[in-house]
This record gives sequence, structure tokens and C-alpha cells, in this order.
Amino acid sequence: MTRSAEDSQASMPDSADPVSMTSGEQGSLRLVSRATHIKELALKNLFLLCAFVAVMGVVLIFAFVGLRGWPIFAEVGPIAFLGGADWSPTVGQYGIWPLIYGSLVVMSGALVIGTPLAVGTAIFLSEIATPRVRGIVRPAVELLAGIPSVIYGFFGLLILRPIVARLSDGLGFGAVTGWLILAIMIVPTIATLSEDALRSIPDGIREASYAMGATTWQTIYRVLVPAAKIGIIDAIILGMGRAIGETMAVLMVVGNAPHIPDSVTEPIATLTTQIVMDMPYAAGMHRTALFGMAIILFGVSMGLVALVRLLSKLQSSMDAGR
Amino acid sequence: MNKSVTNIIALSILWLAAGITVVVLFAVISYVFVNGISQISPAFIFTWPHGVNAEGGVWPTIVSTMYVTVLAMLIVAPIAVLAAVYLAEYAVQGRLVGMIRFAADSLASVPSIVMGLFGLALFVEAAGLRFSMLSAALALSFLMLPIVMRATEEAIRAVPKYIRWGSYGLGATKWQTVSRIVIPAAMPRIITGIILATGRAVGETAVVIYTMGQAINLPITPLDSGRPMTVHLYVLAMEGINLPAAYGTALLLMVLILGFNLGARYFLRRASKRM
Repeated sequence: MTRSAEDSQASMPDSADPVSMTSGEQGSLRLVSRATHIKELALKNLFLLCAFVAVMGVVLIFAFVGLRGWPIFAEVGPIAFLGGADWSPTVGQYGIWPLIYGSLVVMSGALVIGTPLAVGTAIFLSEIATPRVRGIVRPAVELLAGIPSVIYGFFGLLILRPIVARLSDGLGFGAVTGWLILAIMIVPTIATLSEDALRSIPDGIREASYAMGATTWQTIYRVLVPAAKIGIIDAIILGMGRAIGETMAVLMVVGNAPHIPDSVTEPIATLTTQIVMDMPYAAGMHRTALFGMAIILFGVSMGLVALVRLLSKLQSSMDAGR
Repeated sequence: MNKSVTNIIALSILWLAAGITVVVLFAVISYVFVNGISQISPAFIFTWPHGVNAEGGVWPTIVSTMYVTVLAMLIVAPIAVLAAVYLAEYAVQGRLVGMIRFAADSLASVPSIVMGLFGLALFVEAAGLRFSMLSAALALSFLMLPIVMRATEEAIRAVPKYIRWGSYGLGATKWQTVSRIVIPAAMPRIITGIILATGRAVGETAVVIYTMGQAINLPITPLDSGRPMTVHLYVLAMEGINLPAAYGTALLLMVLILGFNLGARYFLRRASKRM
């Protein structure tokens, strides 16, 4: 590539970069050769195309999962599908309410156990830990995120399940075991995002609080947590998404009985686990129903992402108005 | 209650929360390690499973996992890096960029089972690729895309502005600046992001089970099917037929994943020291 003087400035008036902005005003001076200009423009559009692959992915998922799942809403009807209490696909009963219920129960219990643990860890990392302790805890949290869900499921099946079984006089397959294993799994998601939120609070705010004579705990509880509130809520919402979408680990410990159980130590099924259980033999409308469940899961996870974005927008407009 | 007593109690609870997190990690790792270590032998790693109880080794599952992971990485890395270059260097805030970011965030949070069914519907069935390494790699690449994109974008944004100005000042074009100055400077963190996403793909189960199949097979071409380590572990554990082999597989999987994660950290630390 030649680097002659004419070559020197890319004239891309729509670029945000201050350097090439100036060349936009002098576009008539032809500071850049035509060939270079075309090449730069072509590359830019190629990169845009790559970025657009993400949008394409979402559209394709909606199209392919949605098209396969759509007939269940059209033929069985959204009310009978979502609200039906009987999941017996072999005899034509496609009610997924017990599965939605199962997903909600498993998710809420995991959040109740996991959130304090995760937010506590995040506060510890950002406010209390010395650099040395942080050097141990922070990588531990990150490694926890890297462990595959099938290994968590394996651990839950062979270690947690027998413990729950002994304490509850049952088999140990049920919501409780699911709660414990999922609580561990959502800790990294919530902890890292909450820590980011806490760390983004300016040090001046901490110093002001300490200067008033507040203890570390008073500073955390009265000043820092309220200031990082939206960030922590975002983190919990994303942890919620992780809990609803988790498949393998939950599948291995909840027992997979698609009905509403009497107690939290009895087998239960969730939307994700039922898909894996039924996929090997499902055909026809049964298979359609499974794709219908997948589209619900996708819709929920996208909805949660949209909620997080809405909250951050709210936060930044609040900051701007202050 | 005295405020300093409250303070001490509250801080101990926070210590406890962090302690539990670390203890749980070590419990999971050491459990798999202690039970798995006696299973690991060259014969276990390099021979085929045989018989109804899958006795013997796990070699084909290791090959399937590595095959699909490398393939997915090759597919996703260039696209994700260039996408991030667009977002970090070229994009002007607007509706289009907002849409791309929302799509990337959504992809990052898609439940893996949904991605699995999507791969089944599009690549396995509609595109006619059958249960194959290629179908699985394509489905996995959608999963890895947002991870690599985010890591790369952060890496590029961390490159100081004045380096770019220096490049423009010498008369470089935008693409010359990006390709010869910005990307090389951001390279260590980009590679770290790719390694972490690859580790994620190694541990993925629900996506590959519906795109690669479950048949034990040694893949040669990208259109061959196979059974990855995660699916092998799942089948062994759920059917409870061969727990020792399940422990061995779990340990190999864990070592692989920890290797990816620790390797990425080591690489990043070394690269940042050198700068």
C-alpha cells in the first residue's frame, strides 16, 4: 500500500473520529485518491455486515424456532397451551402450566439463595477485600462461571441429592436440590455485574461518608448499595435469565415429573428440562409444542435483556437530570 | 446495638458470603478431581468406549469436542472481531448500532436449549447438514459471537486515543490505523476473549446434543457426527451405568476448561507485563 500524500486522509464524513471529520469539510479538495476512498468504504461496510450477523442470528432464531412452534398457538390455542394443567402429549394434552410453574419455582428459590450470596461476595470484593484476598476470590468467581453446567449437574446428582434425600426422607430429586445447584451457578453472573456497579461509584462518595464518621457497614448499606441500586437490580435480572434458561444442571437434579408437586422435595419439571426429556421421541404436534416452549423461553430471555436496557436508560437520564 | 458491633457482624457476614463462594468452587473441583484421578490413564484417554456399559476409554468424545470447538472458533473469530471493530471504531451512535447491541445482548442470554433447537431446525434439518460437526460448530458460533464481540470491543476501546492520533498524524488512513496500530495493540485481550469463549463452547451440552447427535464416532470430515465429552458425561451420569468412566470424563472436561481459563489469564498477564 502506498502512503503518498494524496493517500493520507480518508474522507469519511460520517465517521465519528475527529481526525477524519476535518477531512470531510475539505472533501472537494480530493485529499484521498478515489481508489483508497472506495477501499475504505468497502471495508467499513464489510465490518458493518459482520456486526449485522448478531441481528441476523436473533432473526433466524425467531424465524426457525418460531415457525416450528407457531402451530401450537394456532391449533391448540394460547390459553389451552399456556394455562392447561395437563401435560400428556401422548394423549393430546398440551398444557404447559405445570412446566411454567416448575420453572418459576426453581428460579425463585435459586434467586432467594443465590442473590444474598452473590451480592455479598460483590460487596466483599469491591469494599472489604485486601488486594491479596481479592486476588483469590475474584478468580474463584470467574472460574465458577467457567465450569460447565453438566459438571454442576453431576455434582448435584451425586453430592447434593443424597444430602437432600436424607434430610427430607425422599429421593432428593426435586426443587430444593435444583435451588441449591442453581444458586451456585448464578453467583458469578450476579456477583461480577454487581461488583462492576459498586466499583463505578466515585471514591469521593465513600470518603464523604467516612468523613461523617460512618462505619464501613453504614457506608455500604446507606450510601454505596443505594447508589449502585440499578446496577445490582440489572445483575439480578440477568441472573434470573440464567436461572430460567439453565438446562442440563437442573435436568439432572429435579426429577422431571411434569405435574405440580405437593412439596418442594418432590420431583418437578421445568420448561427447559421437559424439552430435553421429550425431544428424543417427540413427533408431530408434540414436537411443535416443544418448539413452542423454546420460543417462550427465548421471548422471556429477550424481555429480561430489554428490561435491563430500559433500566440503564432510565439511570442515565436520571444522572443527566441531576 | 452499638454501631461498631453492627459493623463487625455485618462485615463477618460479607466475609462468610465470599468464603462460601470460594469453598463451593473448591468443593466442586476437588470432588471431581479426587474421584476422577484414579480413572485417568493413557488407556482411558486413547481407547474407544465399548460394550453396553461404555467400558474402556473416551477418545472419540475428546476428538469430537476438540473438533467442533476449533471449527466454531475458526468460524466465529473473524466475524466477531470485525464486528467489534465496526462497533468500536466506525459506528456512530444511532438506531442501527442500538439494534446491533441489543441483538448481541439477546444472543448472549439465549438459553442454550433454545440455541440447540434452533441449530436442529436450521442447520441439521433445513440446511440439510444432518447431525454433524459443522451443524454443531455453526450453532456454537452464535453462542460465542457476543462473548468474543464484547471482549474485542472492550480491548479496542482500551487502546489509548493518542496512539490513533499519532497514526493519523503520520498520514495513515482509517483502515491502516485500525489494522496496523489498534488491533495489534489490542491483540492480547482479543485472544483472551477468544480463549474464554472457546472454553464456554467446550462445556456446552444442550446445544451440541441436538446438532452433533449422540452416536459415538470419530469425526474426520466436518459432516461427520460424533458425541462430545459433555454429552458422554451426561449419558453416563443419568443412566448410572458406568460411574467410574463418568468421573474420569468429568475430570478430563474440568481440566480442559480450567486449562482454557487459567491459560487465558496467564496469557493476559504476560502480555500486559511486556507492554
